[in-house]
Amino acid sequence: MRLLGLLLVPLGAAAAAYAHRSARLRNAWLLAAAAAHVAIVASLWVTPSRPVFGDWLALDALGLVVLSVVTVLFALVAIYAIGYLRTESPRGGRAFVSCLLGFLGSTSLVAVSHHLALLWVGMEATTLALAPLVYHRHDRRSLEAVWKYLVLSSVGIALALFGTFFLAAAQVKGRPLLIEDLVLTAKSMQPGLLRAAFVFLLVGFGTKMGLAPLHAWKPDTYGEAPSLVAALMAGALTSCAFLGLARVVQVMSAAGQAAFMQPVLLAFGVFSLVVAAAFMIGQTDLKRLLAYSSVEHMGLLVLGLGLGGSGAYGTVLHVLNNGVTKGLMFLTVGNIVLVTGTSHVPSMRGVLRRAPGSGVLLLAGLFAVTGSPPFGPFVSEFTILGAAIGQGHPWIGVITVVLLAVIFVGMARTILQVLYGEPVGPGADQREGWLRLAGPVVLALLVLLLGVYLPAPLREVLARATVSLGGAVP
Amino acid sequence: MTDFSDLLLLLVVLTDFWVLGTTRLSSVIRAAALQGALLAALPVALHPRLSLHILGLGAGTLVVKAIVLPAFLHRAIREASVRREVEPVIGFTASLCVGAVAVALSFAVAQRLPLPEAQTALLVPVALATVIVGLIVLTTRSKALTQVVGYLILENGIYVFGLSQAERVPFLVELGVLLDVFVGVFIMGIVVFHINREFDSLSSARLTELKD
Repeated sequence: MRLLGLLLVPLGAAAAAYAHRSARLRNAWLLAAAAAHVAIVASLWVTPSRPVFGDWLALDALGLVVLSVVTVLFALVAIYAIGYLRTESPRGGRAFVSCLLGFLGSTSLVAVSHHLALLWVGMEATTLALAPLVYHRHDRRSLEAVWKYLVLSSVGIALALFGTFFLAAAQVKGRPLLIEDLVLTAKSMQPGLLRAAFVFLLVGFGTKMGLAPLHAWKPDTYGEAPSLVAALMAGALTSCAFLGLARVVQVMSAAGQAAFMQPVLLAFGVFSLVVAAAFMIGQTDLKRLLAYSSVEHMGLLVLGLGLGGSGAYGTVLHVLNNGVTKGLMFLTVGNIVLVTGTSHVPSMRGVLRRAPGSGVLLLAGLFAVTGSPPFGPFVSEFTILGAAIGQGHPWIGVITVVLLAVIFVGMARTILQVLYGEPVGPGADQREGWLRLAGPVVLALLVLLLGVYLPAPLREVLARATVSLGGAVP
Repeated sequence: MTDFSDLLLLLVVLTDFWVLGTTRLSSVIRAAALQGALLAALPVALHPRLSLHILGLGAGTLVVKAIVLPAFLHRAIREASVRREVEPVIGFTASLCVGAVAVALSFAVAQRLPLPEAQTALLVPVALATVIVGLIVLTTRSKALTQVVGYLILENGIYVFGLSQAERVPFLVELGVLLDVFVGVFIMGIVVFHINREFDSLSSARLTELKD
């Protein structure tokens, strides 16, 4: 029943919030639903839930990892949103909270669906729930961003549905499209149709993750969306899209198709890193810079999957790290943009003096997102690199190290420009406010914690998720 | 019933060509509506043993794809008072030729796809052809509204392919898919309306401000 609660609590709250005219009551619904969601997920960590509806809804280790990222990030974004809505009141404010809650409900559906067609329904719903929020400023630039986002994501997701039907056609035995049965009977599936299904699902979910060259919508959308929406997209939405891809990888590795699958994943991974590095050098918009950083991290995720073995462990750990780090970065940049009034790098100098709290967080985030010790991404990126070199792909290891170094230089140059120097424009006009600092501070502590210490229950869940992907814990 | 369903499938391909070859926006929407109606009849024709599942799927498709969405899109062009697709990226004759090649390719590919459940030999090639035509319309037309219709055609092709798996995909999920398509096209339609108000044009080619 708790699994159902994960879906119904946010959706019910979304409907209830829409009915209210008062902003305070809407905010109360947002916080209450976010808190209830966290409580349910926490209880699922303590006592696992049995599958419901004939195994359609179930929570395995992989789903739990993604669900935890989503719920923590959403709760912190909800607190941030209260502060944000005080300073900026977007048009169509009534729908704002309901769309956020609808997003929480649909991402939960993706995380707990073990029926792949149901997972598709949730995935498309996540796209649609965020679309009105991208367009919240109602100007030409956000109009262009939401159009690209809607068309490209919808077409990508449509191809994923095509792939899902191919998967159903390839299946000979077992209950249709249930992930457990697909994995158990994978050996008997028709290999030709299975491969076709993999290609379509990779293109579909890859578009939603923003893997290069399917990332065209990403910089525009992240650049124009409000920062808290971009935080949810880069942290939670991409994790869900990754989960969709991971489900197919589960089936492919169980079917013994690793030799076909891994080179394709490696190619997408390396190409994403190349594109991210190329566009991050000299990038003059802070939010677009972060969008390309997201392309980079999606590339790392599929790189780990493509390497297999301990690379898969690195990938699962990186899902956690990426979600937390991207949340930290976008919320912090959101605060800074509220102070400077722009995300154009040359006109936002001296942030350390104008907004000291956010400035320090941005500096910490810079080191976290580029994979420097002692932060979490360092551990997962190091594991993936170790897998590349240790498992017979030394060249991929070398190329990745070079590209990560280029990305570090590109990001550090831009962000240090923003932090130091003489403040331009009006002085500190906006107080940062604890509501908008609480989220990033907690996320910064989490990403630090993930780098220095993983509790035993978390390690155990990560290990189970790795094994389900056909990988091995180093 | 195979003859009847084959006839329906051939008509689906004809509506594909209608969409490719016509210049009038209202005509494009009418073609998409007709295709929606054909798709609504298909599950009934393919599965002669009528069940609640098949009837529900047909009825849902009829309401969403043949009535509500076309009516909504018609309203959008009336408000925008735009009639014609004036500047396609490739010409209409050329896109008809590309469409013909796509159909030929689809038949060739379908021959090599071993789908034991397909009720008629036409199902898979028609599905593939419709998917490709949807992609052609999406990429070669400059009016945002025509692109929405292209997305609808693409979804229709996938729907036809899904019919071969109708016994395996439960009704609830199909309803969910239909709902997603409905909401998706609805939001796109609203965005199209805003594009028109903002730029005095339905052309998505005007959207060029964001780049690196």
